[in-house]
Amino acid sequence: MLTDQERREIEAELPHYPRKQALCIEALKVVQHHRGWVDDEALCDVAEFLDMTPHEVDSVATFYNLIYRRRVGRNVIHLCDSISCWVMGGDGICEHLKGNLGIEMGETTEDGRFTLLPIPCLGDCDRAPSMMIGRTLHSGLTPGKVDDILRDCK
Amino acid sequence: MNKPLTEHIKPGAPPIDLAAYERTGGYEALRQALASMEPGGVTSMVEESKLRGRGGAGFSTGMKWSFVPMGDQAPRQKYFVCNADEMEPGTFKDRFLMEHNPHQLIEGMILGAYAIQAPTGYIFLRAEYHASQTALARAIEEAREAGFLGRNILGSGFDHDIHLHTSAGRYICGEETALLNALEGRRAIPRAKPPFPPVVGLWGKPTIVNNVETLYNIAPIIRHGADWFNQLGLTGESGTKLYGVSGRVNRPGLWELPLGTPLREIIEEHAGGMRDGYRFRGVIPGGASTDFLVEEHLDLAMDFASVQKAGSRLGTGTMIVLDDRTCPVGMVLNLERFFARESCGWCTPCRDGLPWVEKILDDVERGGGREDDLDLLAQQAKHLGPGRTFCAFAPGAVEPLQSALKYFEEDFRRHFNGNGCPYRSESAASGTRQVPPGNGHRI
Ligand SMILES: Cc1cc2nc3c(=O)[nH]c(=O)nc-3n(C[C@H](O)[C@H](O)[C@H](O)COP(=O)(O)O)c2cc1C
Ligand code: SF4
Ligand code: FES
Repeated sequence: MLTDQERREIEAELPHYPRKQALCIEALKVVQHHRGWVDDEALCDVAEFLDMTPHEVDSVATFYNLIYRRRVGRNVIHLCDSISCWVMGGDGICEHLKGNLGIEMGETTEDGRFTLLPIPCLGDCDRAPSMMIGRTLHSGLTPGKVDDILRDCK
Repeated sequence: MNKPLTEHIKPGAPPIDLAAYERTGGYEALRQALASMEPGGVTSMVEESKLRGRGGAGFSTGMKWSFVPMGDQAPRQKYFVCNADEMEPGTFKDRFLMEHNPHQLIEGMILGAYAIQAPTGYIFLRAEYHASQTALARAIEEAREAGFLGRNILGSGFDHDIHLHTSAGRYICGEETALLNALEGRRAIPRAKPPFPPVVGLWGKPTIVNNVETLYNIAPIIRHGADWFNQLGLTGESGTKLYGVSGRVNRPGLWELPLGTPLREIIEEHAGGMRDGYRFRGVIPGGASTDFLVEEHLDLAMDFASVQKAGSRLGTGTMIVLDDRTCPVGMVLNLERFFARESCGWCTPCRDGLPWVEKILDDVERGGGREDDLDLLAQQAKHLGPGRTFCAFAPGAVEPLQSALKYFEEDFRRHFNGNGCPYRSESAASGTRQVPPGNGHRI
């Protein structure tokens, strides 16, 4: 069941769209915001609320890379792997991150602190290499800077 | 007045609020249009301005608006959508505008919506642009409170409201019909065209989709006129352009310059030339899905027609520089890996062809390449070209590939016979792979 809070937040979007089903992505984002990720139960809750089948909702959920259908860490690191960052040594930053965290791209650390994911160009190419953690953009990355940033994450 | 997009922007400063925007003539164009122009008059003026879309394809903005059915027979519900999905690798221009001066986008959207008589507008914003989201949400609220949005705007009888929609990822959402599906809450698969969105768009209603930078031009055009806008360009095309440069140059950054500014001036003067120890080898001129240009093109005027004549596209106008110590094959591999991942998977040539291209390039990079791989890659580039796939994604994806095969064929060959990447061993030996990061000089 959706919580009252989740329901309120989804319903607040209703007036902006002519059909309830248009809220599918929005609703998934709302439950993800509250629950950390979209598990099967969350998926069914959204489906029921929108008069859709769980499969319809899942086909939407699995399309978008910022909807997580697997558990993620407290800090999701989105490392830009696009072209300007690559030219500026982004793959070195990637290796450094993987080594520091002891995980591969797409994995979560055992303590549930970090998940490492690739992201298309963050629109920060003149300050490359770049990554985003939560809502914060980190530019001009060097291995040393990466270590400092990780240390400050809860 | 020769930098209509950025003249009031101070890089790094907080977003310009409503009061500050109005002090510099903000919402004057809207007042003017609502008081004294017919909707069709706004469209005509934009057509006369010869403004072309800044989202990549360069289509005439006024002409696009003129395709929307008007008059009593036309549907009452129409939509005006701003494409703020900016995900084209190497592109960082729309974000800069939205974070600094959100009201100029809102004003442009209201003017566009008035021209096509659309009561509803959406901004489709990529989710990662948090600062843009905050700035735009605040600006929409301010505009609503001041009566620039809502019912009976400035007593004109025209109603319009804008809703800010944040996306959930995927590059294909930027393709305008995929964007419409995403806005409807579906998988972002492109739609068959025709019918085109100006006639059958969001929920089947007439819909205009325009890029952020395109819309920043609307209010200045209405305020100062089409003639003024025409004379801003250097080479017969109108207006200015946000040009960006990234890569191993001294001053990577973003500048508003007259449309048609020569490539050499952008790279050598504005971007400060190549860093010490690096030579210019080429440039992808307008985001990832454009063909390489090389040294012989340095004196090219960066306008739509000239870049096209040189075999590439102006695209988004944000360029990525290839230097002599970066492997062109590795660069193309990075691009095709991106495209293979981001393919929406709807049509077979793109869904299957791009991973194949990626695999071949990866193999070449590791030394497993052979002479006939060049033919295979060229053939794939052709098979994924214009008209052979469901949308323009795949043709864009192979633009850097086909031009790399043309200009850097020798570099491909140097990888063959088990050699692998010659650049990798060079840079490992001299320790140059780690370059100092970019520091971004914006306007
Ligand atoms: C694969 C693909 C991705 C695109 N991504 C964007 C984008 O992120 N932003 C954008 O404005 N246009 C993008 N476009 C272009 C849009 O389809 C559309 O042409 C544009 O938004 C129209 O606006 P304009 O005429 O003002 O340029 C993309 C096109 C394709 C084929
Ligand atoms: S060309 Fe690629 S992105 Fe476009 S519809 Fe086909 S599979 Fe999807
Ligand atoms: S390529 Fe990494 S921010 Fe643009």
